[in-house]
Amino acid sequence: MGAEVVVEGLTKSFGNQAIWRDVTLTLPPGEVSVMLGPSGTGKSVFLKSMIGLLKPDRGRCLVNGVDIVTCSERQLYETRKLFGVLFQDGALFGSMNLFDNVAFPLREHTRKSEAEIRRIVLEKLDLTGLQGAEKKLPGEISGGMRKRAGLARALVLNPEIILCDEPDSGLDPVRTAYLSQLLIDLNAQIDATILIVTHNINLARTVPDNLGMLFRRELVMFGPREVLLTSDEPVVEQFLNGRRRGPIGMSEEKDAAQMAEEEAHAAAGHSDGSSAEDVRGVVPQLEPTPGLPERQAVRRRKDRVMSVLRSLPSAAQEGIIASLTPDEQARYQVTAQPTPYPRVESISGDLGDPAWPGVRP
Amino acid sequence: MTARTASFPGAGALRETGRLFALGLDVLVNIFRRPFQTREFVQQCWFIASVTILPTALVAIPFGAIVALQLGTLIVQLGAQSFTGAASVLAIIQQAAPLVTALLVAGAGGSAICADIGSRTIREEIDAMEVLGVSPVQRLVVPRVLAAMLVAVLLNGLVSVVGVMGGYFFNVVLQGGTPGAYLASFSALAQLPDLWISEIKALIFGFIAGVVAAYRGLNPKGGPKGVGDAVNQSVVITFLLLFFVNFVLTAVYLQVVPAKGS
Repeated sequence: MGAEVVVEGLTKSFGNQAIWRDVTLTLPPGEVSVMLGPSGTGKSVFLKSMIGLLKPDRGRCLVNGVDIVTCSERQLYETRKLFGVLFQDGALFGSMNLFDNVAFPLREHTRKSEAEIRRIVLEKLDLTGLQGAEKKLPGEISGGMRKRAGLARALVLNPEIILCDEPDSGLDPVRTAYLSQLLIDLNAQIDATILIVTHNINLARTVPDNLGMLFRRELVMFGPREVLLTSDEPVVEQFLNGRRRGPIGMSEEKDAAQMAEEEAHAAAGHSDGSSAEDVRGVVPQLEPTPGLPERQAVRRRKDRVMSVLRSLPSAAQEGIIASLTPDEQARYQVTAQPTPYPRVESISGDLGDPAWPGVRP
Repeated sequence: MTARTASFPGAGALRETGRLFALGLDVLVNIFRRPFQTREFVQQCWFIASVTILPTALVAIPFGAIVALQLGTLIVQLGAQSFTGAASVLAIIQQAAPLVTALLVAGAGGSAICADIGSRTIREEIDAMEVLGVSPVQRLVVPRVLAAMLVAVLLNGLVSVVGVMGGYFFNVVLQGGTPGAYLASFSALAQLPDLWISEIKALIFGFIAGVVAAYRGLNPKGGPKGVGDAVNQSVVITFLLLFFVNFVLTAVYLQVVPAKGS
């Protein structure tokens, strides 16, 4: 099972400019989480702080009990071996061809024979659809291929935690769908903790177990996907629907005058850039390709979510209950009719820590 | 636990200086860390040598010449023609050779190192390397710094020889000096420690050139233009440091090692 990442009160600023303050969240082991946020809200900075490339001003980031922020350099390098990181542009080594790029972590950190390295590298390249391109240099291939090669390199050491910085940027919708499927399949196979930073709504709706959003220098919310997908928070609603009306402006914040003007335009029938329908609501989650093992994380998460069901907003409760099969509804003893107090007393098994840090119902 | 950043005039410069020294120390420590990047080291040596040998030789000839011409006229006025050789050898080996070497290692080799590491930094390659658990200092910076040092030491020999030969040519052929007197006076003033300090200077200058180039390359400001600026700065900073360090080393050497015959 993947490692747990606990972030507590993380704060980062560049000079006088605060990027985000007091970000507190837990990436549950083995689950897929997505961090949403408008461009320029410090999502990439957040990822880089999590792996110690940037030093946050305050706060802790615990990976398997090691605090990335304050640990020694030696510990940092050791802990980083648990991570597989996909950078925005792939961050391949320009002087090496794709094969050597993907083989690099193996040659550095393992004592595998060259034949074995070759087998693993070709397997990962095959997985990311790059068979036949292993002799190419990063400068000779498209951005999408670089990104996939970067992913292959991130996966080659079988990491416990996979961080993806905008895996979809520069990829077409079809390749993004394949990539989403690949990440879910990976999660089913190696049960790694995955954090994806993106602003792709479709990916955010279908892929993750947990969903969070950064806006205006803070974490708006982080919790089970149903909570954010059914949220009435204006920022979340605007972002999910991709429209101009709402608190998010072209520059990060919007003043009252502009907001009023846009409301007036919308009232006069001018389109605000979104489709008419509201895309919020819980949609079925992506499943591993048939034939692969079941995702362990789904079951673990379900138990945990059900144990805190009552503390979630009612829209999220409805969404969660509606997504259960009749069997599961019987097992957790909840019914599809939203009752003010669903009975969840008799859940069996060890539920672990029921707290969901970061959830603000 | 808040990270405090002091803000008084000159704090920025002090911070940069501190970081430069920190990188220098890191490099020294990482030199002894296994596995040593032999391949990278050899490639870098070859690269730096290939871009510096020809310019260095071409600079060394006129450099030897001006030293010889200047000293030649001066010494004739003083009436000590027989010591022309001695003086020019001393000037070339102690001062000219290490400086010419270092300027070229910094200007040709260092700028290339800085541009290379800088472009890797802005392409996030350095970040990626750190995340993969490989120290960029050990992997990239140490081989480059060592290569700069080795090439500087070897080039220093080349410059000494070419410079002395240039001096001989100009003194004997153009100024009508006596070949025998020029050669015979070689060891009148110069002594073996002069050669040592020359090589030590070259070694230290090579280290400075390598570390400064790597430091500026690892910290470019803002995109591709930042890399250009960083290369520019690395060369300027190296030159400033070189002349200052040269001054200190010379002063110390003249105090510690007694001049010949005294």
